[in-house]
Amino acid sequence: MRYRKERLDRGIKVRCDDVFALSSYREILYLAMPRVLPVAILLLFPLLKGVVGLYWEKTLVVTCTVSLLALSWDLMASVGLISLGQALFFGAGAYLTGYLNYAFKLSPIVTIPLGTLGGALFSTLLLLPVLRLRGIYFAIVTLTLPLLLGRFIETTKILGGGEGMSGLSPLPNIWFELYVAVFALLVCLFSFRRLINEDYGLVLQGIRDNDRAVMSGAISIYRFKIQAVFIAGLAASFAGAFMTHYYQFVGMSAFAMDYSIVPLTAAVLGGPGTFAGSVIGAFILVPLSEALRGFGTLRVVFYSAILIICVVALPEGIFHYMRRKYHQFERLTEIG
Amino acid sequence: MIASIIVYGLVSSAVLALTAMGFSLTFGISGVANFAYGAFYILSGFLVWVLLNYLKVPFVLAIVVTIGMVWVLGFVTYWVILLRVRGIALSEVIATFALGVGILELFRWLGLVTYEFTLPTFIKGVVVIAGVVVDYQRLFIIGIGLALVLFLYFFTHYTRIGLAFRGVAQNERTAISLGIRSDLTAALSLAFGSAMVSVAAITILPLGIISINTGYEVLLIAVAVGIVGGLESVPGILVASLILGYAQVITGTYLKPEWMAVVYLAAIVLVLSIKPSGLFGKFKELEERV
Amino acid sequence: MEDRTILEVETVTKWFGGVAAIVNVSFSLQKGELLGVIGPNGSGKTTLVNLLTGFVKPNSGKIIYQRKDIAGQQPHKVAALGIARTFQMAKPFYQLSAFKNLIIPLYSPRVKKLRGGKYGDRDDVAIDLLEDVGFERDSSVPYKIASSLPHGYVKRLELARCLALRPDLLILDELFSGMSMAEVAGTLPIIEKLNVEGLSIIMVEHRLKELFRVAHRVMVLNFGAKVVEGSPSEVMASDAVKAAYLGSEDDA
Repeated sequence: MRYRKERLDRGIKVRCDDVFALSSYREILYLAMPRVLPVAILLLFPLLKGVVGLYWEKTLVVTCTVSLLALSWDLMASVGLISLGQALFFGAGAYLTGYLNYAFKLSPIVTIPLGTLGGALFSTLLLLPVLRLRGIYFAIVTLTLPLLLGRFIETTKILGGGEGMSGLSPLPNIWFELYVAVFALLVCLFSFRRLINEDYGLVLQGIRDNDRAVMSGAISIYRFKIQAVFIAGLAASFAGAFMTHYYQFVGMSAFAMDYSIVPLTAAVLGGPGTFAGSVIGAFILVPLSEALRGFGTLRVVFYSAILIICVVALPEGIFHYMRRKYHQFERLTEIG
Repeated sequence: MIASIIVYGLVSSAVLALTAMGFSLTFGISGVANFAYGAFYILSGFLVWVLLNYLKVPFVLAIVVTIGMVWVLGFVTYWVILLRVRGIALSEVIATFALGVGILELFRWLGLVTYEFTLPTFIKGVVVIAGVVVDYQRLFIIGIGLALVLFLYFFTHYTRIGLAFRGVAQNERTAISLGIRSDLTAALSLAFGSAMVSVAAITILPLGIISINTGYEVLLIAVAVGIVGGLESVPGILVASLILGYAQVITGTYLKPEWMAVVYLAAIVLVLSIKPSGLFGKFKELEERV
Repeated sequence: MEDRTILEVETVTKWFGGVAAIVNVSFSLQKGELLGVIGPNGSGKTTLVNLLTGFVKPNSGKIIYQRKDIAGQQPHKVAALGIARTFQMAKPFYQLSAFKNLIIPLYSPRVKKLRGGKYGDRDDVAIDLLEDVGFERDSSVPYKIASSLPHGYVKRLELARCLALRPDLLILDELFSGMSMAEVAGTLPIIEKLNVEGLSIIMVEHRLKELFRVAHRVMVLNFGAKVVEGSPSEVMASDAVKAAYLGSEDDA
């Protein structure tokens, strides 16, 4: 008696493949739940603030930040650009926002948008020359630029030098903090997903898969890459700008490797190219890392291990696995 | 003053060249990116230290054993990790990057950051050249650096294995059809590149303490030298090291010493804007993509 | 007499390191002509295609298309002028369906300009294109993921990708390689029809019998140099060509 494993769509999934799904509550629930439930939880969680305490709210904000950085990474990866330095965009947005507030006393309502735009613009300009080259150069340069910029600020002592700029304006209130973070995350997630599925996004994926074919289709891949980097950079720079006012401080730590490694791990864990996976990855990693706070730097070793395992053994990430489990089931059938 | 700049510039250049060579061998010549490069550097330092101080092994033996072990580590890294993801740029980069960061941060967590972690110099003492005081170790750096550059040049241009390395980088399919086993070649290039960085570590680390952050700096240096000189060109490494080395020493002497780090940033940005493939690089950017 | 030359290649040379891939090659192409390019492996055929389409920059010489020298121009600019090419190693966008593979070239500025900015009916255009190259219309084949398509369909998708661009000059780099006899027999009439309708074509091929049936002229390359150029029958009878492919009697 020999068996093989067989994967079949669940009955309910098959019944949903049709407009008649609308006529049954169960089918509607099946389709809507994975989409609506996480969004609802995200939107409602801040309301629990009295119950869960300040610590977990802080974790939520940090998680949103990491998610934004991971989403940003994912968009760049969808064009074939692997960034080892989201910290570049984060730091650029953070410093510009901090500077505007510190030097000109502009309110966060003004500095954050300006910091987002300016940070993304600055970072994209820095990366312009590299976009013409092979993808590996992009990885190399994004790795080194944040380190060098941090060093630069330290030696030239501009923008606060080693001590940074502190005493910056805070955000209006706790509701603002939580909900802006959550909304930014949701807006980013939904718009990036929409973008990648539109024709524009198909061109981006084409560049990733076979850039010569795209070129011979009379499309300037350089231009598309620049746009993709800028759009992705907006998300990451926003994270930096927002956190500057959240912490009321900006310093060299804005260019720290943490802001590059953790989102990378989150995105790879969740599944590169899926966007939702990046968010899931972030929501797994950040609380986990908070819980393991006692281990200090060992956490980074932990991330590295996860990265290597994912890259070698589970390249499509958790999201695909989860989706498969939701839609399909497995069983053993006899052979012959 | 001038004599001191000339001599120390040479030392600085030698340090850069010695540091960057292994990375260039692996990436520029064989197309395998090893972002764990800096980690292997520091690892070599710690291995020698452990062999010397815990196992009381004679210095020369410790050096040989360490270089051998790092060689094996490079080979194994390819065979175990990179082999499975070869060709998928995303995974290659992330895998080696994660390995590097993991190793370095593991060392940091293990607390290997105190002053006791130093390596002994080869010969103690100083010598005076043209009125400048130079310690023997720095002379060794120049000597070994030069020797390795020459070795690397001849190896890649005149030996079968070296030519195989370049063949695989330029056109893997053709190389395979000529009987060159591309996976074995790539593994060997990673092994030799790692061995070279281990030599660099053993020669340079005695100048200071073994500091974890140096691990990241080493990668930075290798990348900067590679970008400025052209990642696959041995003359490029030489020239880039000279340029960056002297630029460092000159800014250090006439401006404040901290500004030396800015030199790298300026050099990278400048080269990327004007001639992205580097001074001696022949990559025609788009053409080299298959 | 009206000058119907659309492409003029003047003594183009390309070196890769120490290897001369193309040496002093000159030829011209009239509008509506089908020029075959043949030669043994390594004779520089694909390099020639790369030169014509901007993927490689020549060391010397001119490539004049529509009265402008396009040598060394970037690939997407050359394509925007109306030169489309297939790739020897046909790699479609594997994760997209055949249908979606065409969306990408249809998105280019050139196509948008040609269609007067109307993008809405691109679905119909894509399906029509696929039908033109031989995908069965009312089947699910166009919607299958490209990685699951048989090789013959992948090749035809390559052709469709080119046609999406509405080219004035089509360059086919070994389109028939890897295709079965039946698939070739099915695709050849399509190419013939395109040519009859006015599309200028350069065809690099190894399948000589099929090529000679449709080509007006044939050019033979060997070791990067042009050996012979003439009508198919002239080329078939030429001793130089036989020597190039089979070796001369001295080698035997």
